[in-house]
Amino acid sequence: MTNASTNFVNIGERTNVTGSARFKKLVMAGDYAAAVEVALQQVESGAQVLDVNMDEGLLDAHHAMTTFLKLIQAEPDIARIPVMVDSSKWDVIEAGLKCVSGKPIVNSISMKEGEEAFLHHARICMNYGAAVVVMAFDEVGQADTQARKVEICSRAYDLLMTISFPPEDIIFDPNIFAVATGIEEHNNYGVDFIEACKEIKARCPHCHISGGLSNLSFSFRGNEPVRRAMHSIFLYHAIPAGMDMGIVNAGQLDVYDTIDAELRTACEDVILNRDPGATDRLIALAEKYKGTDAVAEKAAAEWRSLPVVKRLEYALVKGIDAHVVDDTEECRQQFARPIEVIEGPLMDGMNVVGDLFGSGKMFLPQVVKSARVMKKAVAHLLPFIEAAKEPGAKGKGKIIMATVKGDVHDIGKNIVGVVLQCNGFDVVDLGVMVPWTKILEAANENDADMIGLSGLITPSLDEMVTVAEEMKRAGMTMPLLIGGATTSKVHTALRISPAYDGPIVHVLDASRAVGVATTLVSDTGRDAYVEQIAADYEAVRIARAGKGQSDLAPIAEARANGFVADFTQKPAAPAKPGRHVFDDWDLADLRDYIDWTPFFRAWELAGNFPAILTDEVVGESASSLFEDAQAMLDRVIAEKWLTARGVAALWHCRRDGDDVIVDVPAEQLEPAIEAGRVSPLSGVPHDFATPMQTTHATHAIRMPFLRQQVKKREGRANMCLADFVDPAGDWMGGFAVGIHGIDPHIARFKAENDDYQDILLKALADRLAEAFAERLHHHVRTELWGYAPDEQLTNEAMIREQYRGIRPAPGYPACPDHSQKPILFDMLGATQATGITLTDSFAMLPTAAVSGFYFGHPDSAYFGVARIGRDQLEDYATRRGVSLEQAERWLRPNLD
Amino acid sequence: MTTARERLNAEAAKRVLITDGAFGTEIQNWKLSEADYAGTLTLGHDQKGNNDILAITKPEVPETITRAYLDAGSDIVSTNTFSANLISQADYGAEALVADINIESAKIARRLADDYATHDGRPRFVAGAIGPTNKTLSLSPDVNDPGYREIDFDYLKGVYREQIDALVTGGIDFVLIETVFDTLNAKAGVLAAIEAGQALGRDLPIMLSMTLTDLSGRNLSGHTVEAFWHAIRHAKPVTIGLNCSFGAEQLRPHVKTLSEICDTLIMVYPNAGLPNELGAYDEAPATTAALVGDWADHGQVNVLGGCCGSTPAHIKAMADRVQGVAPRKVPGVPVQTRLAGLEPFTMAA
Repeated sequence: MTNASTNFVNIGERTNVTGSARFKKLVMAGDYAAAVEVALQQVESGAQVLDVNMDEGLLDAHHAMTTFLKLIQAEPDIARIPVMVDSSKWDVIEAGLKCVSGKPIVNSISMKEGEEAFLHHARICMNYGAAVVVMAFDEVGQADTQARKVEICSRAYDLLMTISFPPEDIIFDPNIFAVATGIEEHNNYGVDFIEACKEIKARCPHCHISGGLSNLSFSFRGNEPVRRAMHSIFLYHAIPAGMDMGIVNAGQLDVYDTIDAELRTACEDVILNRDPGATDRLIALAEKYKGTDAVAEKAAAEWRSLPVVKRLEYALVKGIDAHVVDDTEECRQQFARPIEVIEGPLMDGMNVVGDLFGSGKMFLPQVVKSARVMKKAVAHLLPFIEAAKEPGAKGKGKIIMATVKGDVHDIGKNIVGVVLQCNGFDVVDLGVMVPWTKILEAANENDADMIGLSGLITPSLDEMVTVAEEMKRAGMTMPLLIGGATTSKVHTALRISPAYDGPIVHVLDASRAVGVATTLVSDTGRDAYVEQIAADYEAVRIARAGKGQSDLAPIAEARANGFVADFTQKPAAPAKPGRHVFDDWDLADLRDYIDWTPFFRAWELAGNFPAILTDEVVGESASSLFEDAQAMLDRVIAEKWLTARGVAALWHCRRDGDDVIVDVPAEQLEPAIEAGRVSPLSGVPHDFATPMQTTHATHAIRMPFLRQQVKKREGRANMCLADFVDPAGDWMGGFAVGIHGIDPHIARFKAENDDYQDILLKALADRLAEAFAERLHHHVRTELWGYAPDEQLTNEAMIREQYRGIRPAPGYPACPDHSQKPILFDMLGATQATGITLTDSFAMLPTAAVSGFYFGHPDSAYFGVARIGRDQLEDYATRRGVSLEQAERWLRPNLD
Repeated sequence: MTTARERLNAEAAKRVLITDGAFGTEIQNWKLSEADYAGTLTLGHDQKGNNDILAITKPEVPETITRAYLDAGSDIVSTNTFSANLISQADYGAEALVADINIESAKIARRLADDYATHDGRPRFVAGAIGPTNKTLSLSPDVNDPGYREIDFDYLKGVYREQIDALVTGGIDFVLIETVFDTLNAKAGVLAAIEAGQALGRDLPIMLSMTLTDLSGRNLSGHTVEAFWHAIRHAKPVTIGLNCSFGAEQLRPHVKTLSEICDTLIMVYPNAGLPNELGAYDEAPATTAALVGDWADHGQVNVLGGCCGSTPAHIKAMADRVQGVAPRKVPGVPVQTRLAGLEPFTMAA
């Protein structure tokens, strides 16, 4: 991986004579050719920085260091990554620096010999242009405790700042020491390191933290399963604490989730020093794993007896490529078409890998290994896929495919490539991180019919624009296909399409690629299709450009063109007027009301539920996500993690211009009166509205609404929510619902560094809040207001809002002023009834909450107020009883 | 008293600046004989082709050419010292004259720059040109012994230091480490300049200019332009950029890349197109000016000029072309750890 922003940098340690007996033997014997091979293997197995260390008593370290560095400089596949010049001898480091042409890291300097020597070395590193590892070591000795680690690193950092050392080039090594040694003082070393990471990161901006892992498990030499488990568990905790580099052998890590639970707990107890007996327990348990990796062998044997589909998944997750060709072949014979092996079991396996990586349970090098297994499997299948083409069939067309520069994601692109090949296209796949120069070159050399660009991360969008610009500059006119998770039709239309004169098509997913590509090479269909797409994108651009450009009508004119409702059709008075509080709505009931489509959107999976579960591209991920969500919902409900609290109220009211005057029972307003927001005499919330008459039982609250001012064509009204209310007397309502209790669970996930569950639960809570709003509205329509007692709608119909009446929320298009929320909350007594509070900027807490108004008129409908004029702004400010500036701040988005 | 770095940055904030063009191809027009080159020197080697020695033996040549570039509109003139180092001068047996050549060359450029500045009040700058030498620290000349090197880092650093000290004595504003085909050679030059500055007790600003040897955008030692930037960023260069290589057309994508990532001025001075089969450059001044002008229009450059094959006419055409074009604004870049092998490696910081 090059030039990628990387969260954890994996430093290859096999080219270190103190870490690798084999490398030491080779160097000692002067077999540098074989030693260079070791470096190459390190790079190929995912090392991002190559640590070179020649500190061996019997070796001329100076000579060995410079010889080896010069030799690897001649190997582009090795020299492409940065070097870490590692020695405890300063002269060896400086000799090494003179042989390294890029920007290396020096490992290490420290205050062992005092501040002066430390700064002297630091200045030299600066002049050579090298980053440094600073050991937590001072005149007294190596830092062992958390306090010492933090103290030494802070002091070193401050000293380095005095010589303007670039802070981003400082990498602290706060010393990972052995734990479980039997010496009580050592028990806390793991915790000391992890906690020190957090403090150092906070104290020293831009610095990095590194460490050598192998020390940690020193007590378990010869017991690889235990050592691997310890290293994996340590990283699992140290990385979130701030450790972002490590001397790690990627092959010697396990996936956190796959570590035997008993061993995992025992290791975790030791590393986190959970109790004094932890060491003894691990030592006792370690016996079980001792010897020749017997347990691993047993597990391996068990693995080989799984069904073939599971074996493929296991191989992908574990990154084992030994049997993948055999297993893929076995799988191929079970499926009707070889492509199904890719779309089925292989993609399933990669989804597992993706989830593990996403939740921090797998590390980058392991993912790289998984991808390699995937590629071997696909490579085995490709000849069969190609052979399946009709005999003698001429290629339909030639397509250049590439993941653009800066992006390394290619699974989606590979799938599209395979699908296209299956359909008779000749695909030239340029791989990942492809600069535009190569793409254009390949297109010319291969006389291509079209180019397909892919990208997963957002910066890829800009790179695609660059490719399009360069194609234009080169005078190319062949079609350009755009695909990948962050791409969109809108972006394609707005940004990429104007940069290029040839046809540009955004291809939403792999399933559409064949149709698009086939049309583009067809003599008959092409021109019409290209025209249609161009027109389509032009429409998108016009729609965007037109935003906010439309003329405004004066507010008086807009009011004159207001919506005229037929009030003979207005709903009857509510069956149960007044306020209804729900302390604990049954979550199991809400589950049926969940609209899942936005849930998948939150996870960047595009598509509508339930179709998304069977979507050709995201279906597998969506299904797996959906399963996880269902499983979590089961627990949320069974173990009562969350509580749904809500309030709904129905009030008598009447329309007054663009305002609605609402008669709110006095007792609901008591908290507002006590807080001084509503005057007890007038019933007027003096911050909000002008005085109204009042009775003993109710206060009249004025709720002003905004009206559309954009000029409408004949027959279309300038809408305002007040239009749905009868001036002669009517009813409306309000509600607030919230999902409480998420915090302890989020804290638990955070503590476990489980982002996946964290986000999953938050997304589910949001969905439950929306479901509650939907459910409560249903209850209002059928029971409380009761104007639609016989309503029978499927959840799908309800999601499509095929019911009578609306529930617009303040801050949303029909009533875009968020500052209506405090008035609504006072009218509902919402905070007291539901525990939902508002922040100064009118956000609701808990965040999974919904509030809004109910309008019951059959003609009531959602609309967007959009842009309004100064005249309405001034009028609204007066009606709300606030200054013009205040109103301007609230309505800013509607003023531009 | 402001420093040269500050003055250059101030001028570059106002407009796109112009450096000079080629010396070598201009000198050819003089059709000089061995006697012209050698003058009264008796060095025991042919001096024909030792362009840099003209500063001593026939100073009117570099003087006339420098004057022509100043007339054409150059804000920066460079010294005619591309090969005025111990390694290159050894080919002419002129090792002993390295310091003199550099001092005299720098004096010529300094005097003319100051004359022009005094005359029209527009600041002029002198860049002391340091070539890469014909030796490389990164590559072995022997395919059977990839670990072999003809010279080592400290030796090359010493060679550069001698040249830099002499150029400073002659009055240069900037140390221009140009035509960098080997990044490690450049790093030796940078360290020599840093140490020279430390010995002087003042800021000795460095300009760095890489040359590409293949169209994918790498130099001979294999570094991409981004990796090169990472590798030499510690020099705090006042300008970074590209020269020589190919013509402007081929440099375009790499200029764009540098422009986006470098938080310092961008200086680019390409060849006047690609040489024809006779090794001569045919690209017309208007063509070169249009190509480099396009970079200026896109806000990608701060200083423009020419390398092989360019003439005062090319420089004049460029100066006219970018008149009134807004200069590139130096972008702020996020604090990140930028390492490099042959390829860049960035860590979030």
